[in-house]
Parts: sequence; C-alpha cells; structure tokens
Amino acid sequence: MAEKITGAEALMRALEHEGVDVLFGYPGGSIMPTYDALYDHKNTLNHVLVRHEQGAVHAAQGYARVSGKVGCAIVTSGPGATNTVTGIADAMIDSTPLVVICGQVGVAMLGTDAFQEVDVVGITSPISKWSYQIRRPEDVAWAVARAFYIAKSGRPGPVVLDFAKNAQTGTVEFEPATVDFIRSYNPEREVDLADIMCAAKMINDSVKPFALVGQGVELGNACPELLEFLEKADIPCGTTFLGLSAIPSDHRLNMGILGMHGNLGPNVMTNQCDLLIAIGMRFDDRVTGNLATYAKQAKIIHFDIDPAEFNKNVQVDLKVLGNCKETLAAVTKQIEATQHSAWIDGFKPYAEKEYNKVIDKALHPAEGPLLMGEVIRRVSEAAHNKGIMVTDVGQNQLMACRYFKFTQNRSVVTSGGLGTMGFGLPAAIGATFGAPDRAVCLFVGDGGFQMTIQELGTIMEQGAPVKIVLLNNNFLGNVRQWQEMFFSHRYSFTPMNNPDYELIAQGYGIPTKTVVEREDLDAAIQEMLSTPGPYLLQCAIKEEDNVLPMTPPGANVDEMLLEV
Amino acid sequence: MEQDTIKLYTFLIYSENVPGLLSQISAVFTRRQVNIESLNVCASSTPGVHKYTITAYCNEHTAQMLAAQTEKRIEVLQANYYTDEDIFINETSLYKVCTSAMLGNGEVNRLVRLYDARIIEVNSTYAVIEKTGDTKDIIGLYDELKKLDCVLQFVRSGRICITKSRTEHLDEYLAAREAERVMKAIK
Repeated sequence: MAEKITGAEALMRALEHEGVDVLFGYPGGSIMPTYDALYDHKNTLNHVLVRHEQGAVHAAQGYARVSGKVGCAIVTSGPGATNTVTGIADAMIDSTPLVVICGQVGVAMLGTDAFQEVDVVGITSPISKWSYQIRRPEDVAWAVARAFYIAKSGRPGPVVLDFAKNAQTGTVEFEPATVDFIRSYNPEREVDLADIMCAAKMINDSVKPFALVGQGVELGNACPELLEFLEKADIPCGTTFLGLSAIPSDHRLNMGILGMHGNLGPNVMTNQCDLLIAIGMRFDDRVTGNLATYAKQAKIIHFDIDPAEFNKNVQVDLKVLGNCKETLAAVTKQIEATQHSAWIDGFKPYAEKEYNKVIDKALHPAEGPLLMGEVIRRVSEAAHNKGIMVTDVGQNQLMACRYFKFTQNRSVVTSGGLGTMGFGLPAAIGATFGAPDRAVCLFVGDGGFQMTIQELGTIMEQGAPVKIVLLNNNFLGNVRQWQEMFFSHRYSFTPMNNPDYELIAQGYGIPTKTVVEREDLDAAIQEMLSTPGPYLLQCAIKEEDNVLPMTPPGANVDEMLLEV
Repeated sequence: MEQDTIKLYTFLIYSENVPGLLSQISAVFTRRQVNIESLNVCASSTPGVHKYTITAYCNEHTAQMLAAQTEKRIEVLQANYYTDEDIFINETSLYKVCTSAMLGNGEVNRLVRLYDARIIEVNSTYAVIEKTGDTKDIIGLYDELKKLDCVLQFVRSGRICITKSRTEHLDEYLAAREAERVMKAIK
C-alpha cells in the first residue's frame, strides 16, 4: 500500500508537481496545517512572507506577468481570504494566471458562522475563472491539477482553492494528477480556415489598415508572429497599456498608445483607417471612448481567444477565434507582402504635433520643478530600455506607460482593467522573483504608495531589488486633474499631507535619496540602479501637472485635448 | 433596430452536475441587469448533465452576451438562446380552489373543461386543478377563477421547452469533445 500523507503534504507535492517555485503568502489559523507541511518543503517552495494578504496576490500577479508562469498565493481563511479579493478581481480583468489557496474551517463547521469562516467560493466565483472548495484530502491532487490547467490555459485568469482544514489534516495516498482536458471547458478552439481566408482577403483589400495590439499577444507568446504579420503587410499598429511591450517601442510600425491618455496619431487614425484589426484586446472604454462614433468608417476584424469578447463592446465584421500565435501565423501566410507608405506617413503630422505640444515639454522642461515624464524616460534609458516597468495607478501609471520604452517582451506590470491603487509595490516584489535578472523599476505616486506601504517590510526581508521611483506631487494627482478639468478646480480631498518617506525607507533599511533639482536627477538614477538590492528614489514632482493628451470621458476617440 | 427590440428569450444551458453553478449563472444575468422571469433546473436526458431553462426579457445583443458569458463558466457545457418561434414550450400550474365554491357554481367546472385543465384532488374543503400549457392560458384560467373568488392558492412552474431544431447540438458537442479527449490521450 502506498504511503499515506496529509492533505497539506499532498498540496505541497501537488504544487511541486506543477513546477511552482515561489509562493507569496501569510499564515493564519485555518491554513496552519499547510504551513506546517511547507516547513519541510522550504528548499523547493520558496515562500515569501508578505505583510498583508492583498500584497500576496499582487506579488503573485507581478510574478506571473513577467515570467509567463502561474503566480501562487496562499493565505488563511476569513479576513485572510477577503483581503485577497482585490487582487483576484484585478487578475480576472487583466487575464493574469493565478492560483490563490485560502484556508477554510473544517467541513463540520461550514455554515455555522465559525471563527474566521467566510463563504470564499461565493465571494470569489464572480471574480475568478474558477473557484473550488477542497473538502477531502482525496481531492487535493485533482483540484490542484485542474486549478493550474484552468489558470494558465485559454484566456488565463485567477483560480481560487478554498482548502478546508479537515482536508489539510486528513490523510490520503497521494498520486500526482495531471489535467489537460475538461469536457465543459474548451480553452483553444481549432483555427477556422474560412475565417483566416476571409481575414486575409479583408487585409489584402485594405488600403489603410490599422492594428490594435493588446496583451493577448504576449499571453499567447505570439510576439514574433505579430511582428511577422505587421511587417509582411506593412500595417501600422497602436498598443493598449497591457500590450505595450508586445512590440518594441521604437519599431517603425509602432505608432504608440491607444486610448484616453495614449498618443494622438493612433487615436485619430482609428477613425480614419479602412480596416481595424484588433488582436488580443477587448475594446475597453478607456481605449474606445464614445462607442457611437468609434471606427464607424472601418471594417473590423477581431482576433481573440475568448469568444465572449466578440461583439461585447464593438460590433465587428469578422471574428477570428483562437490563440493569436496560430491565427496570426495562419493569416500571415495568406496575405500579400505590400507597402502602405503613404498611409503610415499620415501618422507623422500627429506625432509631430503631439511632440511639439506635449512630449517635448514633458521630457525637456527648461525650468521649474521636476516632471514625471522626464524622470520616467531617464530611468528607462538608464536601464537601457530593457527594464521591467511596474506602475501603481494614476498619473504615475499613465506617464510611465507614455514615457517608459520597451525593447523586450513581458516588461509591463500595471493594473489596467481594475485600476488598483496599491498594486505597484507588491507587484514589483513579485516581478523581482519572476525575472530575477532584470531591472524592476516601479513608478508609484504618494497616494498609492501608502496603500500597500507595509510591503516595504517584505522588500527588507527578501532584499528584493525593487527600484522604487516615488513620484511625489503631494496630491492624488489623477483625481486632482479631473477635479481641475471637470469639477471646477474643487480639490475635494486630493491634497496629501505626506510623511517623511526617506525616514520610512531608512526604518526598513532601504537606501534612499530625494531629488528636487533637475541637475541631480541623472546621478541619483545611476546611484539607484547601481546600488544592489532595493532603493527608494523620491522625486519632488510639480504639484499640479496634468497628463496630456487626453480624450475626455465619453468623448470621441479622435477628439484628444493637447492642452487644458 | 432589430438588435434593440426587447423580447422574451429562453436560454437553454447545459452544465456538468456540480454544486454552486446556479449562483454563478444567475450572477451573469444580475450583472447585466437582466431579471430572470422563470427558471427551471433539473437533470437532462444525458446522464450527469444538468439542464437550465431560463426566461428573461432583453434585447438580442444582451441575449448573445448572456449566453457567451454563461458558457464561459468552466462547468457550463453549452448556453444558447431562443425566441418562442424556435421552441416547443410548456409550463404547468396548480390551482387550489374552495370545494364549496366549485360545487355551488358550475362555472368552475366549465372553465376546467374550457381550458383543458383537470381536477386532481377533491375533498370537503378544497379541490386542486392542474393545467399545463402556455403562460397565457395558465394566467387566463387563473384570472377567470379569481373572478369567482374561489382561489386559495395558485402556483405555476417555470417554463420548460424543447427546441424545434432537427439537430441535437448538445449530443454533437459531447461527441466532438469525447473525440478530442481520445485524440489527446493517444498523443
């Protein structure tokens, strides 16, 4: 007879079987048997003790985004589990593969309002790809295998395993399981050749094609296929925030960022192209603006792996279902090699206009306080444009997406869909574990930094080499900008009375410096990047600066404001 | 525009028989602000497969989205939507009426015959009438009985239906998936 082990030990072996090497977590009552088992697996399962469960999930997200692997978080029941909710919802809307394991009271106590009992499956079902309660040790191997398969296959997403205490302590003969088929779940359909031929014809017939590149390209590991496709038919593209590093920033066909705070050219040309080719993106309202006027002149092709995305926000002329790694490659074979020089040149006047009115001022101010744009660009360049950009949410995020430059894939870690302030710091920690050889540069504002500032403790303990660039403008900057533009300058609770961040960093033993003068910036960035381990660089940023250009909420995509 | 016309749609959803799915499915409708008019859940003719029959008023675009989002739930096998022209519909109802009112007035018996209903229980206090059919007739009988002031209780089931299509989509789907499973196992 095979050896009998506890469900907790079975979980450890199942995680090892899935190739997990790092777990972000926080122990507590209902997960203690699992933590006890973990004690014997410290050599294979590197557990990173965070300082709050929200941090565990965001760290797992950062890890997953840069590594392409499934991020793993482990927490206790009740408040431990509810603290993960924001991260799970964030991972759901941004398609990040996670497995979140929560402790749960024993099945005999379920439904009795026991201490630290909460209906985790009920809470997380609507915000996760799959949520399952493990009630018996016999189910551990199967549930873990299924969880990892669901999290990473098709359109990735977060999976929750609610692990009842009796299932942790009960014993079972463990046999690792592998799941690669679920009858009711069809993550990758076969490519429909008729759709491919139809797409190729539409592309060949197009005189002014324009591609929209989303995160689906990176998620499908389809970056080489994307370049081949765009280059063969000479198709200019714009990217979403999450799709930023799917194509090098300086690629000749990369026209910039789509959406509310994106670049002028791609937004204007969205409403001038004759064919819009959306690839692994979901027509978020921040990208489209007013749907009633969005690309009405164009035919639209939508490449996506998730059939529920088709016609959700924008009615399309052709749906191409499947992993874009396969669908793009198939279409590339069928399209004619061609040039669209005149059409591509048409983007230039808009790029020049934006450069003169906005970008030049943001990057090369002659005087006055530091601006976010110049700090971000210099950090990017000092890291040879090979760094990983992690952002929090708000002006820091919009500016980082605008001014950081990318030459490598999987270099963007930002909360795009949910817009979770406090995401940045823990996500950056996770990114250092997911890509230990790369520079992880976090851009964070003084608001969001304080939402998960306790994770400085995790950074201290792990020596996680997060290069924290605190863009401090003493405001909740993005809300302040909207108050300035749409609420008559009424700054309702957006000024921040800030603590001494240098002292805080020192308290955690993190090297730190504050830059106020422009002439000190380069040296400080060099010092930050050359200092081993973590570093906090605080930049005193102009207080009332705006992120421009901007498409006001609800306005047409081509109606960007270049100045306020 | 046809897409914007609000109609009663019937959603036929097939799922694996796992707990907790009903709340997931109803959450899809709630999130789109669609009120469920009727709901019937039971084992389907395929062993291990559950069938949900849900009716709701919405436009066709919303119906498409509801079906797509429902099908996205891991344990849902298929979700489709139909208009009344696409399906054979049935619904059942029970009416508990006062025996004295029924005996004292031939009208109840006349209505039972008129509406093709049947009496399934009579005792000294009450009688139970059963009627199957479409919603309109069931409500029609209720309204008539109500006028006679004899109804003690009234209940109607959710709609059940069968598609008019000559192909059985679920069977085809399951056969295709089984073939894929076998192919995968061989590989």
